[in-house]
Amino acid sequence: MDIVLAIIFGFLFGFVLQRVGAADPDKIIGMLTLRDLHLMRAIFMGIGLASVLLFVSLQIGLVDVGHVSVKKMYTGVMVGGLLLGFGWAISGFCPGTGVVAAGAGRKDAIAFLLGGLVGAGFYMCSFKYLKDGWLMESLFGGKATLVTTGNSVALLDAPWSVALAIIIGLVMIVVAAKLPEKFCD
Amino acid sequence: MYWNWKMSGIALGLCFFLTVLIIKPIGVSTQFVIFDGIAVSLFKDDISYKDESTKTGYASSNAYLNKSGGKYAKAVSNPINYSFIFVVAMFLGGFVARKLQGANDSCSMVPDVHKRRFGDSRGMRVLLAFIGGVLVLWGARLAGGCTSGHMMSGMMQTSISGYLFAVAAFIAAVPTAILLYKK
Repeated sequence: MDIVLAIIFGFLFGFVLQRVGAADPDKIIGMLTLRDLHLMRAIFMGIGLASVLLFVSLQIGLVDVGHVSVKKMYTGVMVGGLLLGFGWAISGFCPGTGVVAAGAGRKDAIAFLLGGLVGAGFYMCSFKYLKDGWLMESLFGGKATLVTTGNSVALLDAPWSVALAIIIGLVMIVVAAKLPEKFCD
Repeated sequence: MYWNWKMSGIALGLCFFLTVLIIKPIGVSTQFVIFDGIAVSLFKDDISYKDESTKTGYASSNAYLNKSGGKYAKAVSNPINYSFIFVVAMFLGGFVARKLQGANDSCSMVPDVHKRRFGDSRGMRVLLAFIGGVLVLWGARLAGGCTSGHMMSGMMQTSISGYLFAVAAFIAAVPTAILLYKK
């Protein structure tokens, strides 16, 4: 059953990323050079909507709290984010969109995926030297969220904090609607 | 042509919500490690082996695959698992979406932004895409997630790691893109 779901959801996500324009380096680099904010608006809309739906569903018990899966916060998250940011801007791809672009027939995406396998390999080999170091030191109590989810360390741990999550989601949707499509062109 | 921002955002939002509703949040970058593990396991037997004493029943000679009770080692030995097949299916989704988009959309391997800056140089494009790939996956694994897992799934859950990852990624990406590609 899991495998059937993986095929359905993976296919859907890949299909959507392609039709959104996220697998197109011109669109990604257009966003990162602040000229073409189409993807920025789609991202804000997507996160905002998903967040509102998630927190409303958690409140009414539609989503199993066990499905909430928050990633740990440690120094390496930010150092890794910087590294990813450099590569993202240089190539115009991120891991998911690189896979989708290769599926869509882009040959440059194959070079990106090969580079990705090398980068992941570097990390696999270097992990034994990093695992007990400062990069891995937990921050904010590890699996931390801004609001109460039931399956994380909440910085604002109170019943009303869920309302804040929904407000943040709604603000993201408004930002998506207000941002101009073309900027600094 | 691509969907407009509203349609795009709603479709993305539903993908992220439906997956967390039915099974778990979307993530992609771990599967590059699993793919590497599977490739290495063709030559090296101890990259993933059964070990009754660990939490998952698998262990590895590689410290990264061995972490969290052999979680990744188990996936390497059993590639037909949700997360790996999800990423394989993403490839198919991209393929079909592109076919339905029609042939008049150009799909050159050299993006226009690259042409404007470096000319129609395919070698340079391959080199930049490859270097970018190394940095992106190295960074994503150090961070424990990528644009999907940290930025989208993370911020959806208001996770601190998601917010700080997104800030770091854009702090590096925006100036780099402007220096490299803006005239």
